[in-house]
Amino acid sequence: MSSGVIHDIGYQRYTGPRLGRGYAIRSLYLHGLRTAFGLGRSAKAKIFPWATVGIVAMVAVVLTAVRAQGAPVMSYAEFSVSVALLAILFCAAAAPELVSRDLRGGVLPLYFSRPLRRTDYALAKLAALTSAVWLMLAGPLLLMFVGGVFSVHGPKAVWNEVLDFLPGLGQAAIVAAVYSSLSLLVASLAGRRAVAAALIVAVFVVTAPVVGVLIGIGGPAARQLAFLASPSTVVQATGVWLFDLQGMDIGSYGPVYGLAVVALVTACVLLLLVRYRRVAQ
Amino acid sequence: MSLITTQLLTKRYPNGVTALSELTVDVEPGVVGLVGANGAGKSTLIKILLGLLPPTSGGVRVLGLDPATDGEQVRARVGYMPEHDCLPPDLVAAEFVTHMARVSGLPRTAARERASEALRHVGLYEERYRQIGGYSTGMKQRVKLAQALVHDPDLLLLDEPTNGLDPAGRDAMLALVMRIGTEFGISVVVCSHLLGEVERICDSLVAIDGGRLLRSDRISAMTTATDVLAVEVGEGTQELAARLAALGLRPEIDPRGLMVPLGGEGTYDVVLGAIADLDLPLHRLDQRRHRVAELFRTEAANV
Repeated sequence: MSSGVIHDIGYQRYTGPRLGRGYAIRSLYLHGLRTAFGLGRSAKAKIFPWATVGIVAMVAVVLTAVRAQGAPVMSYAEFSVSVALLAILFCAAAAPELVSRDLRGGVLPLYFSRPLRRTDYALAKLAALTSAVWLMLAGPLLLMFVGGVFSVHGPKAVWNEVLDFLPGLGQAAIVAAVYSSLSLLVASLAGRRAVAAALIVAVFVVTAPVVGVLIGIGGPAARQLAFLASPSTVVQATGVWLFDLQGMDIGSYGPVYGLAVVALVTACVLLLLVRYRRVAQ
Repeated sequence: MSLITTQLLTKRYPNGVTALSELTVDVEPGVVGLVGANGAGKSTLIKILLGLLPPTSGGVRVLGLDPATDGEQVRARVGYMPEHDCLPPDLVAAEFVTHMARVSGLPRTAARERASEALRHVGLYEERYRQIGGYSTGMKQRVKLAQALVHDPDLLLLDEPTNGLDPAGRDAMLALVMRIGTEFGISVVVCSHLLGEVERICDSLVAIDGGRLLRSDRISAMTTATDVLAVEVGEGTQELAARLAALGLRPEIDPRGLMVPLGGEGTYDVVLGAIADLDLPLHRLDQRRHRVAELFRTEAANV
């Protein structure tokens, strides 16, 4: 008998479990997380995210190496802020991949005709991007932490290292929340990926000089509040307040910056939900 | 159990447009053609059936569920193929269909297996690891069908599935839809503005126009009573008409010949006998089904 026989076994009905909306949201979240890093995509889609991740990791390796020779160059919390530009670039690449592609391709009707709500879609994508940004910061931080633990001596010193490491993860979370919610909102308004990426970078870059101008012309209070003008400095100023970062004079306005972070993220999420209530109807 | 029932279903958009007006239909399982011109309300009806739009008034049930309140349960058991492009070009077909299966609630392994199966059933087994962007229009339509089929729905809603296909592609798609309805045992609603296309594959037809129901019936009920015999003679059409009328038939003179309503088996003999008696040159004699389109034309004219 030849081995090339094809048996048509016909159509078989599916009798297995059908998991509900929660599973659908989790599936969309995991798919989004993979998409942010270009997994399951062409090699071209992997270049940008992994280039930024690579550079951040390299910075971490260099810092760890310097650390092994002597005193630490910067705290863990400061690390997230110092590589903020790379986090912005990562968002500019990932956010359009996550949402602009679905908008342009007309894929949304396929999601909305499944056991998934419009808000579920938006929140799953946001959670995916936030996790991705956090991971691209927390991974290198973990690398630094492991290096740091090996370069100190005694359980007390290790414990201090842990106490220094946790704020680092916290600062990374703040960066991730603000950058991803803002980027995803911007990307959800543009169907073309290149346009979306440019807009995201613009939102961060264009607002930065405003801070400089305000510091230059403002009075003492205005100078300490000037950092509200740009999302990246808001994040940094919040770190100054919560984790004693250096290099910024915010006086006693720390809580204002904390509130600004909460307000910014909330506003972005609400606008994102509004956007997805109307789109592709 | 009825597949779809609507009662006095009305949808008015905020801008004042009435898309559906007191639509009452009762659709049995099978392959159903939903026909109407562009703007007749087909897409609005589909969105209401999927629970994506709330009706302004009236009731609707799909698979025994109310999509307005149990939208998620309905959508878990319904597959939807949109009219327009809806595929991400830079994804591999197998991966995309697997992802869609998971969003429909299938566990990881089952999703992967059924994605392969669905792509095999639509005839894309060999090409399933290629990027969708490189597919032809016909192949893309098949992927759209595969993603609607992947979670083994009880009802498929296909919006203009032959859109953009060449004649061979249309035939292949229609044959596939018919196979899904008969062999797979999945009920299908096929939306189309081309009546001639869907009447070939459907068990029943629902025709809407301007949001109103034109007619809803089984295809068999629509066509059997209206078969005619087309008689074409070289000369003496008038004489023949007079002779047939005298014999109790009701012939109508058509530009191309005589149209004789087919009463029973005897009609043939009567017509042939009359032609032989009059010694007329017979060019053509064939039984013709009234196309369903003609039915609707007369219905619309009567309104």
